[in-house]
Parts: sequence; structure tokens; C-alpha cells
Amino acid sequence: MGMIETPSKSGLAVPQSGDVDDLWKGVTDAVQEKGFLLTQVDNLVNWARAGSMWPMTFGLACCAIEMMHAYVSRYDLDRFGVVPRPSPRQSDVIIVAGTLTNKMAPAFRRVYDQMAEPRYVISMGSCANGGGYYHYSYSVVRGCDRVVPVDIYVPGCPPTAEALVYGVLLLQKKIRRTGTLWR
Amino acid sequence: MDLALRDLGEYVQSALHETVQSVNIDRDELTVVVQRSALPRALRFLRDDVNCQFKQLMDVCGVDFPGRAERFEVVYNLLSLTHNRRIRVKVRTDERTPVPTVTPLFSSAGWWERETWDLYGILFSEHPDLRRILTDYGFEGHPLRKDFPLTGYVEVRWDDEQKRIVYDPVKLPQDFRNFDFLSPWEGMQAFLPGDEKAKPDGKH
Repeated sequence: MGMIETPSKSGLAVPQSGDVDDLWKGVTDAVQEKGFLLTQVDNLVNWARAGSMWPMTFGLACCAIEMMHAYVSRYDLDRFGVVPRPSPRQSDVIIVAGTLTNKMAPAFRRVYDQMAEPRYVISMGSCANGGGYYHYSYSVVRGCDRVVPVDIYVPGCPPTAEALVYGVLLLQKKIRRTGTLWR
Repeated sequence: MDLALRDLGEYVQSALHETVQSVNIDRDELTVVVQRSALPRALRFLRDDVNCQFKQLMDVCGVDFPGRAERFEVVYNLLSLTHNRRIRVKVRTDERTPVPTVTPLFSSAGWWERETWDLYGILFSEHPDLRRILTDYGFEGHPLRKDFPLTGYVEVRWDDEQKRIVYDPVKLPQDFRNFDFLSPWEGMQAFLPGDEKAKPDGKH
């Protein structure tokens, strides 16, 4: 009580540098000693999925500006293997960035349905989370989870680019921890 | 500028005489209210007359005054690049009486009249394609009318059994709460309550 406990390494969203060093040391040692690597298929698949989450570009309002900031040079989501795609067929995750209106809801659902499994949804900003400023409006969906299942909610109005990057990292963590071969 | 505006107002009134219901200048902006039936003639005059040259229609919009017999106003904002001048033309109407369209005069009016129809339910006669432009497909009602409820009538959700988006009547777990805080800039009194006897210069 009263002490700040050191969070366990696996509980962190971002792998600590120690984790990565251990991982690489293990990999290089195994390759040098045996000439091959052994792992479980699940781990390999989750590693691949978490390392190349291609988001569908789905900017609906001002949150899209922050999403662009997260993609470009300062925060550079490319380094996590997150590359925006223009087509749902090539996407693994859809970032709902902005106000989802009633008129847009069927189109959004169609885009989601066109994505290949396994697919994930990041709800970005107050409007997508629960209607936000437009919660009592006659034309806005009160949260995009009324239309699709959502994995990660990023709060804010709009969330900063850092917040979105953190949301992406949380999704990576979720995939690593709970991901199975078949979702 | 003010004088020139007043001259323009008088000029418009003398040219269109009885079809102009009122000419008003407020905060250096000229507003002309014209008869509904004379609207195309008035706008054609403002567009083509040498002294007016209001070649550009910047905006068409509606206003709802629920207390009036003719509850709607349709507002046309015009710009003359030639004379660097703006003018606002208004007509009044109600729910049933159509306003003559100005799409033959200004092709840009088409979508704005559609928007005015969509949000206020103001009819425009002889509009080439008067249908909704902003609200949802199959939307009922005109949301910017004062008697339209803020939350509307329907909300959408995905129905997993029917595999489509369905419309339900609105259910709100918590009603809309209107916090009407008095603005210190608008509600400020000259004296604080209980301080009425104080002299303005601070002497007693």
C-alpha cells in the first residue's frame, strides 16, 4: 500500500528496450547455435498481425486531421507497420476518425463488411465513441459501436496524434495477448 | 459608404417601387424585403442593372419565426464585384406557399434552394430538382424548424439478425440538459446587487 508498484513487463503497451534486447539476443543466439528458429504458430501469426496493421483510411471529421498527423513524419506510424490503405480489401483495422452520421452509417458498415478477417476497429474521438458533442443531435449515431464492434476507444475531442498512436499500440498489445489463429 | 448604400437603397426602391416592401440599413448592411411574386424580377434587376451589377449569388437560406403568420423568410445574399457592394434580399412565405425559384437567374441557387427546402420545408416553384440534399435518405421532417425536436424521431443501429442498419424510435437514457448560464458579458449590470447607491465615480 502506498508504494508505486513496478508494472510487469508484459503489462506495458510498448515493449521495454530490455524486452526487445532479450528477444533479439534469444533470436541471434538460436540462429547462431542451431541455424533455425522454433516458435508456435500462434505467436508467429500474432507477431505478424501486430506488426503490420494496415488501417482503412476512414476520416469523417476533424479527428482525421490528427490521424494524418499520426501518419506523417513527427509520429510516423509507418515505423509500427501501420500504413494507411485506400481500400477495405487490403485493410486489417479501420480507424473511425470523426462524427458518424445516420446517413454515413450504412456506408461505414459496408466498408467494414468488405474488410477481410481478422479485422479490428479503433474508435477515435468523442463523436465516434458515444456521439460526443452531437449526442443529442437528430442526425448522428450515438457511438460507432452501435454499428460495428469496437476494439479500442481513443478518448479526446479530438484526441492528439500521440493518443491515437497509443491506441494503435494498445491494439497491438491486445492482438499479442488475446490473438488466436482464428479470431 | 453609408451614403452610397442609402442611395442604392433608394435607387432600388424607385426602380422596383411597389414590389419593395421595406428597405433597411443596419450595421452598414442593406436589406431589401420584396414581394414574393416579384422576387425573380427584383433579382434580375439587381443582377443586370448597370448601377447594381450583383452578378453573384453568395447564399440562399431560410429563417423560421414561429410567431408570424408567414413564418418563414428566405434570404438571398448578393455580391457585386463591379461595385464592391453587397445586398440582402428577403421574401416571406409560409409552409404551403411556394417561392418562385431563381435558378434561371443564378444557377448556383439550385442546391441552396434544395438545402432550404430540406431544412425548413420551404417550397420553391419550378425548381428543376427539388429534393433533399443534406439529411438522411427517407428522412422525415425539416430539422431547422423551431418545432422540430432536437433529437429527432429515429436513431440507427446495426441489426445482427437482419444484417442491415435499422431505424428505431429515439431512446435516450438521459434527457438533454440545457445549462443556460448567464454570460457575464451580456448579463452584466452597471452596479453590483446591493451596490445601487454607489456613485459612478466611486465617491459617496
